[in-house]
Amino acid sequence: MDARASHLEEQLRCLVCQNQSIAESQADLALDLKRQVREMLAAGKSDAEVRDYMVERYGDFVLYDPPVKSSTLLLWLGPLALVLVALAGLVWQLVRRRTAVPAPVDERALARARALLAEKDES
Amino acid sequence: MKPKALIPFAIFLVLVVFLAIGLTRDPREIPSPLIDKPAPAFSLPQLAKPDQPLQLADMQGKVWLLNVWASWCAACRDEHPVLVEFAKQGVLPIVGLNYKDKRADAQAWLKEFGDPYATSIVDADGRVGIDYGVYGVPETFLIDGAGRIRYKQIGPITPEVLAKEILPRVRQLTGGQG
Repeated sequence: MDARASHLEEQLRCLVCQNQSIAESQADLALDLKRQVREMLAAGKSDAEVRDYMVERYGDFVLYDPPVKSSTLLLWLGPLALVLVALAGLVWQLVRRRTAVPAPVDERALARARALLAEKDES
Repeated sequence: MKPKALIPFAIFLVLVVFLAIGLTRDPREIPSPLIDKPAPAFSLPQLAKPDQPLQLADMQGKVWLLNVWASWCAACRDEHPVLVEFAKQGVLPIVGLNYKDKRADAQAWLKEFGDPYATSIVDADGRVGIDYGVYGVPETFLIDGAGRIRYKQIGPITPEVLAKEILPRVRQLTGGQG
């Protein structure tokens, strides 16, 4: 029972100090919500019922682990999409490099370079 | 310059736009899931008449404001003159939800700063506050005649919030009057 309550409290965000769970927070509201969680569990409610109770009142924001639904798809799939885009870019670059034709060399510049190298060898 | 050289700059610009939008938003304002839902029922003692509870059903048929306040809340002090002024216009009743406060402190506070409330009800242990998803006082709910929450203001009501958010909705709900 105590373990269950603690586990739940770690998944619920404190609305006042948003980067803490209500388990960590000593804010007044967090204390009230912890009391609420424990009372509900003592009354025989399931973990899911407690979570639903909180979401009904405070929205998905209260959950540290946001549910997958249409409004959170970008959140869940965004990183994956970025990885795919990066991979595609990498593959594209590799393919391009392999099939690339060497750039045409300016014959006069080449001749000059050879001359310079030859000069250096002589000295 | 090759167009390719502009790509990092373009990415930077996109980033700047996102960050700029981010700056204009307040992460402390969490959209309430209760908007357009029935207001949670309550039955709470009134501050002035502890033996006469006020219930949600008592407000049926009225468009009204539920304003969550406490004497320990500094922002409520900023908001209070706006409410006092607004109450004088008699547009709609304001019910105060005195949240996790001491009765004597609350009464002294109203005496000192004026009482804009039709009545104040006492939520001493904050349970009704939890039902309404209250997490930062002051908060204000606009509730319609059918008992549905139509708007929630998180943080103090300012004259601007009244004019832009609350009054247009009140006019709509009361069919043009007010």
